Amino acid sequence: MEFLTEVRWSPYTVGVGIGILSWFTFLISRRALGCSTAFAKLSGMIEMLFRGKKVELKPYYQKIDLVVGWQMMLVLGIVIGSLLSALLSGDFHWQAVPSTWESTFGDSVLLRAVFALLGGVIIGFGARWAHGCTSGHGISGTLQLAVSSWISAVFFFVGGILMANLIFRVIG
Amino acid sequence: MQTKNLGTKRFRDKSTLLWGLVFGIMFGFLLQKGGVTKYDVIIGQLLLTDFTVLKVMLSAVLIGMLGIYAMKSLGWVQLRPKSGSVGMNVIGGLIFGVGFAVLGLCPGTIAGAIGNGYLDAAVGGFPGILIGSGLFAALYPRLNQGILKKGDFGDLTLPQLFKVNDWVVVVPVAVLIFLLLFWLEQAGL
Repeated sequence: MEFLTEVRWSPYTVGVGIGILSWFTFLISRRALGCSTAFAKLSGMIEMLFRGKKVELKPYYQKIDLVVGWQMMLVLGIVIGSLLSALLSGDFHWQAVPSTWESTFGDSVLLRAVFALLGGVIIGFGARWAHGCTSGHGISGTLQLAVSSWISAVFFFVGGILMANLIFRVIG
Repeated sequence: MQTKNLGTKRFRDKSTLLWGLVFGIMFGFLLQKGGVTKYDVIIGQLLLTDFTVLKVMLSAVLIGMLGIYAMKSLGWVQLRPKSGSVGMNVIGGLIFGVGFAVLGLCPGTIAGAIGNGYLDAAVGGFPGILIGSGLFAALYPRLNQGILKKGDFGDLTLPQLFKVNDWVVVVPVAVLIFLLLFWLEQAGL
């Protein structure tokens, strides 16, 4: 069982593992791996705590149903699975500023947190607009050969590569 | 307007929830072992200096696709392709990409990053995604009447688009992914 305590596996081992995992999500749960809708549901549920039941009447929440289901549990599971893996290999670290960021923009915790928040707002908005994320479109949709997913996956990376180069090679 | 779920159950049945959790734990374990719960690895991919993300994704797509299409041929599973449109997937994809680079994580890997102990993900990125999702829900009625409908093509798959047997697309795509991965290794990327 030594492989469980290794810090990194080959990306191909991991990719093959995720591919096989997707067979079983289809077979057992009749679902594809996907994450971003869980965030939209949680967002609606939190808004309900402050603004009451009428939140649920918004057309978007009527469409996705504000119910704790398979995907919200999947995302919770990701946190737990990653924690387990990191603890087993000793790769768990509290860290507020990633090293690539620090080497260009310094070690300010606040600056990095503000950018992470801003990036989160944009990616959360974009995931809803595109109706999926790197897992729902990028892996699950492309492996089903869905046209919507191949277009989305390509533009995720077009936008991402352009913006990352703007941040680190033009501004930074 | 039809309303559903008002004042009714807030949770799906227990076995659905439990399977979601089990699959999630496996998914998170794999993501962490692949290194893709890390900002540095994802930004490295977007700066084209580290191809880990692409290697993980393409090998998952290769294996996943062969298995899912084999099981579809056997009648064991049904596909669940998402419907889309040019306005939805091109514009939405670009917005997502910009956020991807600013955050340096995506909705799945940020959950893994939180499990890995990364605080910028937990206190910045995570609430950010919730806010962004909520903003979209507020704007949805207007967007849905306009841009999201532009160039609508439904839940089409590539074999349906080309009007051919599934395997006429599956086999060449599998070969292309394999060759691309092989080339990445040859190039030392």
